[in-house]
Amino acid sequence: MQPFTKLTAAAAPIDLPNIDTDRIIPARFLRKPKEAPGYASFLFHDVRFNADGSEKPEFVLNQAPYRGAKILVTAENFGCGSSREMAVWVLDAYGVRSVIAPSLGDIFHQNCFKNGLLPVILPGEVVAGLRRQLHQRPGAAITVDLESQTVTAHDGALHRFEIDPFRKEILLSGRDEIALTLDFDARVRDFEARHAREMPWVAP
Amino acid sequence: MATPLTMFEKIWSRHVVAEGPGGHVLLYIDRHLLHEGSTSAFGRLAKAGRRVRRPDLTFATADHYILTSPGVVTLVCGDSHTATHGAFGALAFGIGSTEVEHVMATQTLWQKKPKVMRITVEGRLAVGVTAKDVILAIIAKIGAGGGVGHAIEYAGSTIRAMSVDERLTVCNMSIEAGARAGMVAPDETTFAHLEGKPFAPKGDAWRRALADWKAVPSDSGAAFDREVELSASEIAPTVTWGTSPQDALPITGRVPDPAAVADGARRESMARALAYMGLTPGTPLSEIAVNRVFIGSCTNSRLDDLRAAARVVKGRRAVVPAWIVPGSGLVKRAAEAEGLDRVFVEAGFEWREAGCSMCVGMNGETAGEGERVASTSNRNFEGRQGKGARTHLVSPAMAAAAAVTGRLTDVRTLVG
Repeated sequence: MQPFTKLTAAAAPIDLPNIDTDRIIPARFLRKPKEAPGYASFLFHDVRFNADGSEKPEFVLNQAPYRGAKILVTAENFGCGSSREMAVWVLDAYGVRSVIAPSLGDIFHQNCFKNGLLPVILPGEVVAGLRRQLHQRPGAAITVDLESQTVTAHDGALHRFEIDPFRKEILLSGRDEIALTLDFDARVRDFEARHAREMPWVAP
Repeated sequence: MATPLTMFEKIWSRHVVAEGPGGHVLLYIDRHLLHEGSTSAFGRLAKAGRRVRRPDLTFATADHYILTSPGVVTLVCGDSHTATHGAFGALAFGIGSTEVEHVMATQTLWQKKPKVMRITVEGRLAVGVTAKDVILAIIAKIGAGGGVGHAIEYAGSTIRAMSVDERLTVCNMSIEAGARAGMVAPDETTFAHLEGKPFAPKGDAWRRALADWKAVPSDSGAAFDREVELSASEIAPTVTWGTSPQDALPITGRVPDPAAVADGARRESMARALAYMGLTPGTPLSEIAVNRVFIGSCTNSRLDDLRAAARVVKGRRAVVPAWIVPGSGLVKRAAEAEGLDRVFVEAGFEWREAGCSMCVGMNGETAGEGERVASTSNRNFEGRQGKGARTHLVSPAMAAAAAVTGRLTDVRTLVG
């Protein structure tokens, strides 16, 4: 997995709450492999492009200062809905490495960690302030530093965020989580033996 | 005296293999369900030279899942509606594709313990009000993000009075309330449903399982991180008007007016939803004409759902294209054995093969641009049922009512 350490990049604001994973990648693209050419064009496809393939100028990522943004600053419950990990793959294919939000859909949140994208949760008013700045100064950069757990806004304000130390370590190192868990194999075997005694009816 | 525990806590603590840093635990998974969308995880597993650790605990289903699962077990699947299985008292939650690969290889997942929310619904539901209306009312109350970071326990006399099929509907839409897991305490209704089912324990194993299931409900006095209460008498047949499941109102209501909303982001979000849905504020919901009706999906395609729809349909005619898609081959055959298929076909409905169909719109079974669908599925997101398609979420009885009148209709005016 690609590690995440520190990133300074242009950010784009997404102001509507409850952006679901169907909107991030519509279902008809789910069978495409993520290596497929043009995979990044599936991102927000139906709100980003017209039927003839031309861009919708009002969509934020189609506006010059936000084009190619590597950070999204969103409203609450971004990534709600379906468990499709393609929602993270398609963000990654576009180049997005971090999503800053007041809250994220739980499964989407976990899927970010599994693909080297850093999900940052900050209080709603802080995130709303960041979005306001991005509207006032289109193309402004934000710095996200995982080691120090800070977001530095364009105006220089520093916002500290909480992240689970376990998830942080894996993101910083890019470590293979399955390999890590396989180191616990003896513990898993012990558990299985005890579980089979205590709940013998569970095994089919 | 021991600290009173929630049902969630009891199940969780029996599955902790190891403690990791920062409150993460290695959680053992008793059942892993795979579906046709799990293939990429197989590919990555093979590429890494790894094998499925416990094929005996790994169940493959052809088209998502509708399996019976006993309580107290942990169950995961690469599908956000896995919480459906919480209706039996299982801790069941949806996972992403990388997590699917992790469970295949290790039979475990690193998880941080979520908070627990209890939603208590008390009282008797009025005629024409169903489990779907209950869960839509809950989501409208707590919001589509209300359950984020939580597992939900559904409790109260309304939930206890529900059949297993109805509890499945409620638990199914936990994710639409933002929660990965939703559960109902197992009781006599659950036991009666499970006994003799293909994957249920038998003989002595059944007796031991029963003892575990009876001990699992939350202790009296157990502390929840959040409590929400609803009264069944406040719940009417419910429809959604927007593009989030939280945009739900009683059928007797009107399309809301964004101008009346103070919060700027909420106002913009509502205005956008109404533009997508092609609706004008103030329109009575019962005057909204529909182009299609879809009765199906993992929310509402079980036998109870088809019976409820058939009761409304009997002796009437569908005036718009209407599909019935049973949740599984088993449900389809059971419905046919009762003659439900004939009720639908005689009323001009299409009786189709089991599957996900127009709920997810992946197999080309979609509604057209601008078409309005009364649907028993779980998501009214933009483009969910096809590009530009407009979805109104309703119960099976309400969907049947819409099919025979051609508009969103209070089912209580047809049955009484």
